[in-house]
Amino acid sequence: MSAPALERPTGFTPAQYLICLNGIVWREALRFLHQRERFVSALVRPLVWLFIFAAGFRQVLGISIIPPYETYILYEVYITPGLMAMIQLFNGMQSSLSMVYDREMGNMRTLLVSPLPRWYLLSCKLLAGTAVSILQVYAFLAIAWFWDIEPPHIGYLTVLPALALTGLMLGALGMLISSGIKQLENFAGVMNFVIFPMFFASSALYPLWRVLEGSPALYYVCQFNPFTHAVELIRFALYGQINWISLAVVGGSTAAFLIGAMLAYNPSRGLGRRGAAGGET
Amino acid sequence: MRNESRISKLVSRARRSAKRCSADPGPFQALRSVTAPALQRTTPQQRRAALRPGHDSIAKAGHRVTERAMTRGVIAATFILSLVVSTPASAYVAYVSNEKSNTVSVIDTDTWAVTATIKVGQRPRGIEFTRDGRFVLVAVGDDDTIELIDAATHQIVDKLPSGPDPELFVQDQSGKTLYVANENDNTVTIIDLEKRVRTGDVQVGVEPEGMAISPDGKILINTSETTNMAHFIDTATRQIVGNVLVDSRPRFAEFKRDNSELWVSSEIGGTVSVIDPGKREVTGKISFAVPGMRREAIQPVGIAMTADGATAFVALGPANRVAVVDAKTHEVKKYLLVGQRVWHMAFTPDEKYLLVTNGVSNDVSVIDVAAQKVFKTIQVGELPWGITIAPK
Repeated sequence: MSAPALERPTGFTPAQYLICLNGIVWREALRFLHQRERFVSALVRPLVWLFIFAAGFRQVLGISIIPPYETYILYEVYITPGLMAMIQLFNGMQSSLSMVYDREMGNMRTLLVSPLPRWYLLSCKLLAGTAVSILQVYAFLAIAWFWDIEPPHIGYLTVLPALALTGLMLGALGMLISSGIKQLENFAGVMNFVIFPMFFASSALYPLWRVLEGSPALYYVCQFNPFTHAVELIRFALYGQINWISLAVVGGSTAAFLIGAMLAYNPSRGLGRRGAAGGET
Repeated sequence: MRNESRISKLVSRARRSAKRCSADPGPFQALRSVTAPALQRTTPQQRRAALRPGHDSIAKAGHRVTERAMTRGVIAATFILSLVVSTPASAYVAYVSNEKSNTVSVIDTDTWAVTATIKVGQRPRGIEFTRDGRFVLVAVGDDDTIELIDAATHQIVDKLPSGPDPELFVQDQSGKTLYVANENDNTVTIIDLEKRVRTGDVQVGVEPEGMAISPDGKILINTSETTNMAHFIDTATRQIVGNVLVDSRPRFAEFKRDNSELWVSSEIGGTVSVIDPGKREVTGKISFAVPGMRREAIQPVGIAMTADGATAFVALGPANRVAVVDAKTHEVKKYLLVGQRVWHMAFTPDEKYLLVTNGVSNDVSVIDVAAQKVFKTIQVGELPWGITIAPK
């Protein structure tokens, strides 16, 4: 092989970056379109919570007026932002599951040998996953509308940036976790050890003041849970408001998870140094 | 050469347009006639040529029209801006009687905030503005009187001689006579509002509460909680001329503005009886069923009807809901979630909003009447009961 062929390219044009982004997003979109059951299950999960769980608990969990709400709301209305975040949480974990699958199947190797920087490849992957999760959330909101979940019209627009940020955060978390998983079978543990604790120890299903009444310790756990802040960021944005603390926490967590994921996927520095047993290194 | 002829055609067309402009007042039409043919279909060189000194008239005409359009635009923008800035100025004030804290909360409907709290007698319940809007009448049951609050100064200026434990009352159309239901005395007291003296009593059923007066002012309705009747009282003779049996514990009565129907809510019965005032008989009953709510928890109390008689709102007490009813078909259209133990209600004079009192949760919920949605809840005193609204 000649010497110039071994030379690593030093810079890429924006067009080249776009080709890469397009490739990754398109692949994710195709995968999403072809896996219809994945889309349906992503919708059915929150709808089951909305139609069954919320109906059962409607009378039990009376909701007092807390910001951003200005009047009494039904329990269904309260848990809607939590369910939106749940869609993104599952989607984030699912896309990281797909990364484990990609790694086992060898697709990840193809991706990571791309000459473009690794951080860029991972960011593209993350963006693609977030876009898919946002589509799922809007589909859920459309169905919820027929269930009398009617946030202000402007809320459908103002929630978009919040969804983008929370989608990135949860996607980055999934990516960070997936970097530490060697085999697809291990992913069930993630469900039990990450998704459920994150979801239940948050303000998704019950306001934190109610958690405080039951268990002060759990209240503090909930407060330190970034998922709580993702839910609250979505909740406020859905009503055209900004919860600055949640924004800061979600923004900070996104950055931290993203950096962690990039380091973890770096074969020379991160957790990825695991030998040949399924690792991409 | 061809260019020149095109330009000359262009110029003459533009001149004609300019003439039309000076004759025709429509700025947009004029602007379109100048700018479209003269400027848009030309090359940049032609456009520059058209604006040279030889083509002053076109330039001036265009300029004049543009100026005129701009002036109108500025005026329109200012008008729209002023509308936007002044839109929320509905300028009403709501007075809410707080049964337990012995106060009246004053709510500004521009800001939806409590702007004053007035200390009144014990157990204030029935509350209403006088017809001239100068005073607020509030029945203070445990003090056995009706107090007059000056709406301007928020001071209690006088007391009216009701019977023992006055609860609800109604004024005649002229605002000269007040009819008061005295819960503990089984009577309706008649008070001359101008002289502020008691002019008579009518003996009614046990625990009188709901009061309504027919639109023609000839018939006064009183409902008695324990007798379960709506009593029809002739206002001229002050005699009961009819009784209609309704469901258990009738709380409130409301006439349609066209006198075609009288609605009486029954708290324990859980229904609203629709009565034909002419025949004095129940012609229909409205029942309520809130999904997931026990039937006993659905206790209709306050009723409010829009002036056109199309829509009615019924407070359902401990069901924490206000029912929206099609007043023509008597069909319940939807239930709006409000605070706990919703009791009485009042429209703003423009009927844009309906305010309801929530006794147990100590607040007042605001309903957007057109959207049929609750959009705000305001904390007031303890056990809010009655509400009245008038322009500031």
